[in-house]
Amino acid sequence: MSGFHSHRRGGLIERTIEGLYLAMERALHAENSAKGGGLLQRLDPRVKVAGLFALILASALAVRLWVIAAIFALAILLAALSLISIRMLAGRVWIGALTFTGAIAIPALFLTPGFPVYSLPGLHWTVTAQGVATASYLILRVETAATLALLLIFTTPWMHVLKALRIFHVPVVFVVILGMTCRYILLMLQTAHEMFESRKSRTVGAMSPGEQRRMAVSGASVLLTKTFQLSGDVYLAMQSRGFRGEVYLLDDFQMKRLDWMAAMAFTVLTAAAVWAGR
Amino acid sequence: MTLFEVDRLTYSYERLTALDQLTLSIPEGSRVALLGANGSGKSTLLRLLDGLYFGQSGAVRFRGDELTEDLFAHDDFALEFRREVGLVFQNPDVQLFNPTVFDEVAFSPLQLRWPKAEVRARVDEILNRLRIFHLKDRVPHRLSGGEKKRVALASVLVLDPAVLLLDEPTAALDPRSQSQLIDLLVEWGGGAKSVITATHDLRDLGDIADRCYVLDGGRLAAEAPPEEILRDSELLQRANLIHAHRHRHASGAMHSHPHTHSDE
Repeated sequence: MSGFHSHRRGGLIERTIEGLYLAMERALHAENSAKGGGLLQRLDPRVKVAGLFALILASALAVRLWVIAAIFALAILLAALSLISIRMLAGRVWIGALTFTGAIAIPALFLTPGFPVYSLPGLHWTVTAQGVATASYLILRVETAATLALLLIFTTPWMHVLKALRIFHVPVVFVVILGMTCRYILLMLQTAHEMFESRKSRTVGAMSPGEQRRMAVSGASVLLTKTFQLSGDVYLAMQSRGFRGEVYLLDDFQMKRLDWMAAMAFTVLTAAAVWAGR
Repeated sequence: MTLFEVDRLTYSYERLTALDQLTLSIPEGSRVALLGANGSGKSTLLRLLDGLYFGQSGAVRFRGDELTEDLFAHDDFALEFRREVGLVFQNPDVQLFNPTVFDEVAFSPLQLRWPKAEVRARVDEILNRLRIFHLKDRVPHRLSGGEKKRVALASVLVLDPAVLLLDEPTAALDPRSQSQLIDLLVEWGGGAKSVITATHDLRDLGDIADRCYVLDGGRLAAEAPPEEILRDSELLQRANLIHAHRHRHASGAMHSHPHTHSDE
């Protein structure tokens, strides 16, 4: 049997790869969607793609912090109504987004000229009000966009997302690249895990974190080459079975009353956010 | 009538020549084995026959049409060809990219734009025939090796192609699964279909092929019926399909004889 087992212990890098793989697999196969009976799961994928994308755009355009915060609050409400665990969102989305964005936003606290509000003891670095505002905008926008995007992925089978994109005339080449990128990441994580297992089976005793890091670096190029070859073969297999870039599914998309109501709600909320956020 | 005609075909991966001026002809309705050691060019040839790769020189013709990238740019030809020719890859993992086994098997007929009711009925039928109906809601890449191979096979057989290309179909399967797979291939299409199998497993050669092509270093080393190929131990040793194996008997005497490896 292939696949991952959550009880397995390992080093930080190995555990991270395992966690990423499980999250990615769950997202792509939309296990929540198949089982869940929440609000977003019941909506037509086209409404979700258009509505959530419109909200992401509104949060990117807004120049008022409270508007972005309101969209973020709406995303949390949608997650709750779609039976998606807020704890899971915090662990998988918010902390990750905060870490990456924080690395970019923290220097802005000190480098943005403006009214001083705090000085770091010892270093005498001054945090400015404008710096706090800039960092808050950046972090909140990223958190909001990541949450809305993940809501789509967690509540919609991946192939339905791709089909909905094609319905909105997103070019074939973009949809194919998007589909293959996800498959590539999944294969890369799977191959990385197998490489760890293989290396571990030939290693006596526990490895120090330093040794684990060295092992990860030395295996990186092999991993990329192997994954590239595998994903190339996956694409050939898709072509061999008639894939020409279009997405065909057994499920037909049908707009029901709830979908029209949701489409109206997304339109009104997005328009309000754009207007208020000017 | 000629199904595939390979004419002085050369294919290279950067500096490595996989096929070198290869010429062979495969008649319609035949069961052919492409024999050769690892790296002899078998898998590359299957991909060229399936119109996934295109040679740097020479030609591959399918029922008289030369397979070119330009020809595959036309939907009519490409979809008809994919309907007629199916390839089962050696590594089933590359062939399984859908969220469930049912979706996996339904993928090809949907791409060929079959009516949805027909797709559902045909998928159910092929899952039952391959005795994997109970797996239909499972995630394909979490199945066992034998189950994956069956799903990969079902995903191709669902179209009932006239030509089946198989790349090491029994590799990494347990003996029972190997035997079931061979039985299925022998029975499939009542023998009226063309089956081209790339393998280095000589055990079931008589069952899966009535013609063999031995590849060695990207060139055709021999072409003959299976029984003739199996008798030619010098050829098989030269093509690395068997090797002299030395071992000690209980009496202490050393002894050597040709020896095959089926699962490398």
